[in-house]
Amino acid sequence: MKIAVASGKGGTGKTTVAVNLALAASARGMDTVYMDCDVEEPNGALFLKPEIDEEIQVQVSVPSIEQAKCTGCRQCSKICQFNAIINMGGKVLLFPELCHGCAGCWLVCPTGALSETKRVTGKLESGRAGKIKFIQGLLNVGEAMSPPVIRELKKHAPESDMLILDSPPGTSCPVIECVRDSDYVLLVTEPTPFGLNDLKLAVETVKALKLPFGVVINRADAGDKQTVQYCHSSGIEILSEIPDDRRVAEAYSRGETAFEAVPEYRNTFYGLLEKIEVFSERHTNYGRSAAK
Amino acid sequence: MKELVVISGKGGTGKTSITASFAALAGNCVIADCDVDAADLHLVLNPEIISREDFSGGKRAEIKTDICSNCSRCMELCRFGAVRWDTEKRTLYIDPIACEGCGVCAWFCPKKAIKLFPAVNGECYVSNTRFGPMSHAKLGIAEENSGKLVSVVRKKARELSEEHKKEFLIVDGSPGIGCPVIASIGGADFVLIVTEPTLSGMHDLGRVAELIRHFKIPGAVCVNKWDLNPGLAAEIENGAEAKGLKNAGRVRYDRAVTDAQIRRQTVVEYQETGSAEDIRALWEKTKKYLMI
Repeated sequence: MKIAVASGKGGTGKTTVAVNLALAASARGMDTVYMDCDVEEPNGALFLKPEIDEEIQVQVSVPSIEQAKCTGCRQCSKICQFNAIINMGGKVLLFPELCHGCAGCWLVCPTGALSETKRVTGKLESGRAGKIKFIQGLLNVGEAMSPPVIRELKKHAPESDMLILDSPPGTSCPVIECVRDSDYVLLVTEPTPFGLNDLKLAVETVKALKLPFGVVINRADAGDKQTVQYCHSSGIEILSEIPDDRRVAEAYSRGETAFEAVPEYRNTFYGLLEKIEVFSERHTNYGRSAAK
Repeated sequence: MKELVVISGKGGTGKTSITASFAALAGNCVIADCDVDAADLHLVLNPEIISREDFSGGKRAEIKTDICSNCSRCMELCRFGAVRWDTEKRTLYIDPIACEGCGVCAWFCPKKAIKLFPAVNGECYVSNTRFGPMSHAKLGIAEENSGKLVSVVRKKARELSEEHKKEFLIVDGSPGIGCPVIASIGGADFVLIVTEPTLSGMHDLGRVAELIRHFKIPGAVCVNKWDLNPGLAAEIENGAEAKGLKNAGRVRYDRAVTDAQIRRQTVVEYQETGSAEDIRALWEKTKKYLMI
């Protein structure tokens, strides 16, 4: 099963939920993978403290130019929708950081002056944290586009019973790249006006992607009642409410998990895991009966 | 006019609450919300929208099924897996969420059956607030091009600053280090990074500090909720200089920040003491750096 943990608003506790859920699944004997898709600012490793044993570079396709072969026909700058290639004074200028790697320019070039080459924009690191298989992506600082790193990361997902994807915040391309083919999305929010506003955006996003989802309210007693009311009136399932607990916050600040530092929270995450499993069974049964 | 951009690396550190208070303290300013895919500043500043415009950051392809011969050349060429086969209708179609708008399919279609058209990715607004004019936007659900939308919002904000002869432009950035952040900070006068005294906050500060150094923009750090872990707060402050950052001050952990948000007020409007005092001092120091 593939579960994406996403949020809309940053800092609501995505990593906390994803990491503790991975620990709970692993403790229950599941073969578990934790995958950090927040490739701009990955934090899962701070808590799981994995031993990294493999590193893979992430490369994207970009054009390279052999100026001598260029006739200045300008077809390349005409096909490029991203201003990544321009013709100036009979010369081709490339802006690789704007390139989406669509291949248009080297396909259209009539003389073979442009060809495909690779550029490194990030890396993947994988290893183990106890029984949990760990993998994360890291976008190089200064690079703008995280989706290619996320795409590559997902291709390297190890086999498992349970794959937990820690999503980037927001609702745009990196989030979509992360959550799009998951079996279930957990939306972590906090009960504040900002949290609720961004939760609504995240809900609309997962609905547009037609993904099943549920909500976890973190620091549940620290704000107002609007978030609970919104979930009730929209028919959204609240899977778990995690209280605002200074012990958890302090453990977090030191890079410790609630699961290990405050053991009474183990049941919170076992409970969350069970609810997702119930959903999964219901879903499979539904699939079976629909197949009949 | 001086432009200050508030960013954070890690989400949920209090960036937007501090930006809103800065707008209140600056008085004579233009405000821009560049966190376009999870915008929250409007919840506190309550902007009265005076003009709105569609935002089109890119294009999108569509297959005219009546012209298409199903040769699937487009499917072979698309690097984003956006061309799909509809088994029921027995036609090729383009998944609008996966389509990057590169136009390669349209260019090479032997039947000219694919049209490339501008996609509406969001909406931009110019508004009035109690602290000055505001430029903001809403990215459409599951849309891309957030970086371009950020550029549009900032450009509009700069025009407003000229037009209204404002002294300050205060920009709320987005979390992470990717394209919307890069689009938020390019050419700014000063960046304030709001972090928190946690290992995650410190780790993410490191990456975002590297980013602003990469783009050669001067910046300072502020430790929000410093008293949650005074040791780490001090460690962050002591390490700032090595990262090329100044220290702009610290803000204590204060439940009033959430209470103010619930009442749709900035912290400095909501109260005089506590965190509001810290934010005032933070603004004075940041202003000094900004004016250099």
